[in-house]
Amino acid sequence: MKRKVFLLLLVVCIIGTSLFAGGKQETARQSDKMELTFFFPVNVGGAVTKFVDKICNDWNELHPEAIVKPVYTGNYDDTIVKIQSAIQGKNPPDLFISLATQRFSMFVQDAVIFLDDFIAADGAEGQAYIDDFLTGFMEDSYVEGNIISIPFQRSTMILFYNKDAFREVGLDPNSPPKTWDELVEYSQKLTKVGPDGNVQRYGVGLALNSGSAQWGFTGFALQNSEHGENLMSEDGKQIYFDTPGNVEALQFWYDLQNKYKVMQPGIVQWTDLPGQFLSGKVAMIYHTTGNLGVVSEDANFEFGTAFLPGNKRQAAPTGGGNFYISKGISPERQKMAWEFIKFATSTERAAQWSIDTGYVATRKSALETPQMKEYYAKLPQARVAFDQIPISKPELTSYDSTRMWRILNDSIQSAITGEKTPAQALRDAQAEADQVMRKYQ
Amino acid sequence: MRAPNKIGRRIRLSQSAKAWILLAPTLFFLLLFTVYPILRSGYLSLHAFELGMREPEFIGFENYTRFAASELFWKVMRNTLLFSLMTVVPAFFIGLGFAMLVNKQRAKGIGFYRTSFFYPVMMPMIAIASIWLFMYMQESGMVDQFMLWMGRKPIAALSNRSTVLPALSVMYVWREAGYLMIFFLSGLQSLDPEIFEAALIDGSSPLRTFRKITLPLLAPTTLFVTITALTDSLKLVDHIVIMTEGAPNNASTLLLYYIYQHGFIFFDQAKASALTMVMLIIMLTISMGQFLNQDKKIYYN
Repeated sequence: MKRKVFLLLLVVCIIGTSLFAGGKQETARQSDKMELTFFFPVNVGGAVTKFVDKICNDWNELHPEAIVKPVYTGNYDDTIVKIQSAIQGKNPPDLFISLATQRFSMFVQDAVIFLDDFIAADGAEGQAYIDDFLTGFMEDSYVEGNIISIPFQRSTMILFYNKDAFREVGLDPNSPPKTWDELVEYSQKLTKVGPDGNVQRYGVGLALNSGSAQWGFTGFALQNSEHGENLMSEDGKQIYFDTPGNVEALQFWYDLQNKYKVMQPGIVQWTDLPGQFLSGKVAMIYHTTGNLGVVSEDANFEFGTAFLPGNKRQAAPTGGGNFYISKGISPERQKMAWEFIKFATSTERAAQWSIDTGYVATRKSALETPQMKEYYAKLPQARVAFDQIPISKPELTSYDSTRMWRILNDSIQSAITGEKTPAQALRDAQAEADQVMRKYQ
Repeated sequence: MRAPNKIGRRIRLSQSAKAWILLAPTLFFLLLFTVYPILRSGYLSLHAFELGMREPEFIGFENYTRFAASELFWKVMRNTLLFSLMTVVPAFFIGLGFAMLVNKQRAKGIGFYRTSFFYPVMMPMIAIASIWLFMYMQESGMVDQFMLWMGRKPIAALSNRSTVLPALSVMYVWREAGYLMIFFLSGLQSLDPEIFEAALIDGSSPLRTFRKITLPLLAPTTLFVTITALTDSLKLVDHIVIMTEGAPNNASTLLLYYIYQHGFIFFDQAKASALTMVMLIIMLTISMGQFLNQDKKIYYN
């Protein structure tokens, strides 16, 4: 009996090892062929993975010596967790897409490389390549004066408005609100209260949930700043929450809900807004250009898009994901990853990507392509986002940015729910942020 | 005298070796997935280890003293305690009530009732949270639609700091009560029917029978159920991630979500470890305290 068991074990071991050896041989044979792992998130509606796969397949056909293997890693948050685990496990993906706001975190971890050498090596062509990106997007690619990432799936926040509702209340459907005052005035007209005293349609909708509020708030802070100051310094080491302009902006949000009563009270959810807009429950929403496709397909009314209304100035926040290249891999792999990035962000592809997904075309030259011209002619609403980029600034980005986001979102929520006054909320947020940022200064 | 002694020892030795071999697989996994992580968390909790640091840096108890001084930490602890109370107590009584209701062997359709009380347990928490998220949705959700139909104002349960925890609790009780019911049911069915017949013959009222006979005899089940329910209520994080992310302003942040936030959003492993140790101590206290205090008073049959 015992002997039988022993024999059986032996057989299993032998088979096991031979299989293992076989597997090893296989990988050894393939090692002259490079295989790059590429993590990418999807954060908007629609079949975006399909378009990423297509870019990779096209590359792989041209470059069988350096196959790029795309790995879908969930939304932005999931992707960050997966990248972090991979880095800590010393097995990073060769290249990945992550939020532009992650650049300081990537830098302090020593997880990614600067791209300046590659750009310099490409000579004049390299410089032209970088210069062709929209400045509003390129702005948040720098850490300590070096280029750390390349813009890819980039978006900005625009105003979607229901033209039919505008006509219904006697507003000109071709002149959306341009200022905060007009926003209040139009919203008041657009808000419709039923005979039972319940609101049937709100004038305006802004997302206030954690992870979204900071984005919209960046826009309002910029619109209310004297000289276009953002919520942070450009080096990501100073945070400016507690400024008079920001307090006014937060007060304005509070007033939209409580004083003018033109916005749904409570924590308005980012993901609910497009649905509410499409079903006519809200007449104007602040949302990402990434949802343009969904809105234009599903709207059974005429809709328009516009620049965000300004106050002291006109401004909007940018957001979205950039390409990064990992540090812990061989220079040959880094070189091929760079070639792939240039391939994926070429003028033609930047244009096609924008048309496929609703993201904003990242390059100036993309505007001149025939497909982009045709797209804008067919869907003029898409053009607004592109035109707004010159007055747009990066969203809240700093060292320890996820913590800063959380601090700001918590303080916005405490003001919205009436737990604290806007001034108190931002004062507390500033104190908390300063304490965290001290170690970087 | 010597020889048998030697043999005895050898037998004992070989017996204990056998025991160790039999235990080895369990021990291996216990060490790898329970003991090692606990030790590692304890070690990390005494260090600073943030994103970008190559090695943990020893800082003693600073992580703990920071939390002790943090308003937010105490808010989270208060939320956690409240959530446990608001879920365990109702789930306990409703579960017991369900069990009493369906504890009949021959009643018609009893299987249907048992199944319908139990089915929420079979659903993954993520699915439950997504469904209840829709029900609680502001103005368009079922709850608010009902309020509007009644001619009241919508509650917006998840955006209100005074309603968000109760709203999450209702959902959790809905699920947990069916789970606890199963334990109570098996406890009830293991009781000797003769005792109840005797009580009936002696003319004891149903309420008196329940209080004086059923409850005391159920004590071992009660102990188990209480501990399970308490630790379960602390072990849950899915619903927070799906439904609120701690909003508004951390009014629904529970300890486990707070740990998740430090570990996987801020990537501050040291602080997450310190919070994990706090969690561990609470869990151990619950199970140890209850076992030590009540074990003696319980009648096992």
